[in-house]
Amino acid sequence: MGYAIRRLLVFPVVMFGVSVFVFVAVRLVPGDAIIAMLGTESGLLTPDQRAALAAYFGLDQNWFVQFWRWFSHVLQGDFGTSTTYGKPVLEIILNSFPLTLELALLSMLIALAIGLPAGVFAATRKDKPADLILRIVAMIGQSTPGFVVGLLAIFVLSVGFGVLPEMGSFVPITEDPLRNLGQLILPALTLGTAFAAAVIRISRAAMLDILSEDYVRTARSKGLSDRKVIWRHALPNALIPVVTLSGVEFGYLLGGAVLIEQIFALPGLGRVVLDAIQQRDYALVQGSVLFVAFNFMVVNLLVDLAYSALDPRIRLDKG
Amino acid sequence: MTGHLLSVRDLRVGFGKVPEDNEVVHGVDFDLTAGETLAIVGESGSGKSVTAMSVNRLIGYSGGRILGGSMMFTRSDGTQVDLAALDEPALEKIRGRDIGMIFQEPMTSLNPVLTIGTQIEESFRLHHGMSGAGARVAAREALERVRIPDAERRLANAPHQLSGGMLQRVMIAIALAAQPRLLIADEPTTALDVTIQAQIMGLLAEMKRETDTGLIFITHDIGLVAGLADRIMVMQHGKVVEQGAIDAVLDDPQHDYTKHLLNAVPHFSDGKSVRRDHSRDGKSGRALDVKGLTVRFPVRAGLLRRARSNVHAVEDVSFDLMQGETLAVVGESGSGKSTTARAILGLVNATRGEITADKTGLGSADKPVQMVFQNPNASLNPRLTIAQILAEPLKAVGRHIDEAARARMVELLERVELPADSLPRYPHEFSGGQRQRLCIARSLMLNPSVLVLDEAVSALDVSVQARVLDLLADLQREFGLAYLFVSHDMAVVERIAHRIAVLYAGQIVEMGSAASVLADPRHSYTKRLISAVPSIERRHMEFAIDTRSVPSLMRPAGFEPDTAPWVEHGPDHLARAEG
Repeated sequence: MGYAIRRLLVFPVVMFGVSVFVFVAVRLVPGDAIIAMLGTESGLLTPDQRAALAAYFGLDQNWFVQFWRWFSHVLQGDFGTSTTYGKPVLEIILNSFPLTLELALLSMLIALAIGLPAGVFAATRKDKPADLILRIVAMIGQSTPGFVVGLLAIFVLSVGFGVLPEMGSFVPITEDPLRNLGQLILPALTLGTAFAAAVIRISRAAMLDILSEDYVRTARSKGLSDRKVIWRHALPNALIPVVTLSGVEFGYLLGGAVLIEQIFALPGLGRVVLDAIQQRDYALVQGSVLFVAFNFMVVNLLVDLAYSALDPRIRLDKG
Repeated sequence: MTGHLLSVRDLRVGFGKVPEDNEVVHGVDFDLTAGETLAIVGESGSGKSVTAMSVNRLIGYSGGRILGGSMMFTRSDGTQVDLAALDEPALEKIRGRDIGMIFQEPMTSLNPVLTIGTQIEESFRLHHGMSGAGARVAAREALERVRIPDAERRLANAPHQLSGGMLQRVMIAIALAAQPRLLIADEPTTALDVTIQAQIMGLLAEMKRETDTGLIFITHDIGLVAGLADRIMVMQHGKVVEQGAIDAVLDDPQHDYTKHLLNAVPHFSDGKSVRRDHSRDGKSGRALDVKGLTVRFPVRAGLLRRARSNVHAVEDVSFDLMQGETLAVVGESGSGKSTTARAILGLVNATRGEITADKTGLGSADKPVQMVFQNPNASLNPRLTIAQILAEPLKAVGRHIDEAARARMVELLERVELPADSLPRYPHEFSGGQRQRLCIARSLMLNPSVLVLDEAVSALDVSVQARVLDLLADLQREFGLAYLFVSHDMAVVERIAHRIAVLYAGQIVEMGSAASVLADPRHSYTKRLISAVPSIERRHMEFAIDTRSVPSLMRPAGFEPDTAPWVEHGPDHLARAEG
């Protein structure tokens, strides 16, 4: 408990660092918000009009003033207004996030459901045909880009069989769960299978290490069946690297899967961030990056808490 | 054949992809009757563990394969099975239920993520069909039988919360849960302190008296099993060289190797065989002087991680060491002996105290104190050649590797009896004993006046151990080296020490000449330590089970302990007064 609180106390410090970094980074990118907003028409603006627009968005001040203005509002929960959408940044983020979260959870579920059993199975059949096949499959899965798999999946299922994916505008899970699932299952499979390959490799390696441990031998000497030795004695010990990997991957997915969202035309957080960067929508970029960083920290904290839940030797309060 | 619990004939075991080409057990025969204890004795590589692990066929999981022979085992219902021919499902029914096993390393032999209770209950669920509360009660009773205090609370503990001795008792509880007909114990006390070893031996002796379980006890230490075994089987290079009744083999060994083993094993003889080649006559100078050494490690807790308490690892330790003298620091794990050694090397910071090492005695000593560690395999960098390894101490003090340095390397290699062409070779090309000689040569590169030897022979086989000890004694006489010899093994200490300091809970409780301390221990802890040492001479003594444990060394911040006054027991023999 004390550990979680100590970690939470560090959150604001990291958030401040991220704020400064992203604030400077978006301003170092060439081009400005007004040109991006108006496109070629920006050339028609008189200098006075330009200045008025800049003043309206607060872009006429120096960086320190701009930062303080933005940051002091953030501290009060106001992330500013998007120049592209003309809506509050927080609203845009919170609208696109449920989709991203759902997609991330679904792909993790698929990845673990496939990867973990396959990795364990491969480890117990080390160097036998089943292991070799799984290793090759995992290698292919890891080295094939996700969008290739995604495009192939769309092609095969829609053109070939005339089923899936449900295109059209995205339906939230709260409105029509079935339709929602139909829209998300393909992108989730695309993301999930690629990650499953990584899970296979890491869980296989971890299991191989654990299977040669003394306590696995002890479990066998008790007369436990192979199944119990593997699932009850070995696997819990092999989970730590899997949790580490999954935590990192999940953190990335919460930042939005840009490519997959583009291919499947999903209005997730990834597309919001991409559009915002292209439009030099400073407030939206800053707000969403901050949001993504926050998610990452929460996931990392959960991963650390999971470590101590999995392994009683890892006492977070000490050391 | 009938009447035997286990009858092994012509057992052959191989390893690797083509096991036939790599046979390590070549035709072993032995019999075991119910209630009998057979000791299998040999050095590493003798095939003793492989033989034992073949009996319950766990060897298959370590890459071994049974190439031939039979192992007829009588089950509790009187039927006989050939363990060598059974398939895996049939073996699962025999393992645990008919054949229990305890292993060498209790610290790694229990699953770190499952509670003690879960791991014991598992055996009761599996073999007695118990469940829920019934299994829990059975597990608690099993823990109480192996004398674990506060058993109910311990059930909920994870293995890392228990000491090695307690874990080994838990292992025994698990192995005995199903009341097996045969128990295999593979070096069950090698990783444990000597007083803990006595506890485990006591438990096994009790089991032997009260049940008719057959016991196969594997060990490298003949002295240890002398009191427990009925019969003994000596193995070398995968073959049985001699077997018979324990007294017959020990008192009248027939095979040369058995005689060699009996001579090589350092027998503890209550101080009768200490070295007498050095005396404190004032002629030799002082090599090391330690005054009031205190090492405390802060324990941090709470939101702000303040030091709430300290572990008093070493408390007010003072001693001196003369040139050409060996001071043995003995004690159990947690007594502070390794911390003392590390503080002298500056590897941990002393909280208080003065350490003065003689920098003049042997001339060019930049670093007058050098160290040799316990595990020679882990303390030589596998990527460096011997020449590079020997050059490192010189580089560390900023010297160049010139002709003189090379000459010294060659000279030292010769001195530690390694071939002169060793310099371009890598550590893996040497055996364990040779590697420890390399470590010794490395420690001598800078001409130190003091060598700290931290359990320097503990990882070696007995016959190798004896030769390294002889080498150390020779080097000492030749160079006038002072040794601080940290060890838990009283028999080894008796061979090498001139003086002894007994460390208990961070303090020296007794110190004096080796002969006097070993023959006439005055402090109660020293007495306990010495009486726990197994020896062939004492084999007919009863083992008593003493489950006292070392007191906690954790003290509140700012606490200053009192030290008991010294009482003199002879010209060079002091012990702390006890209340």
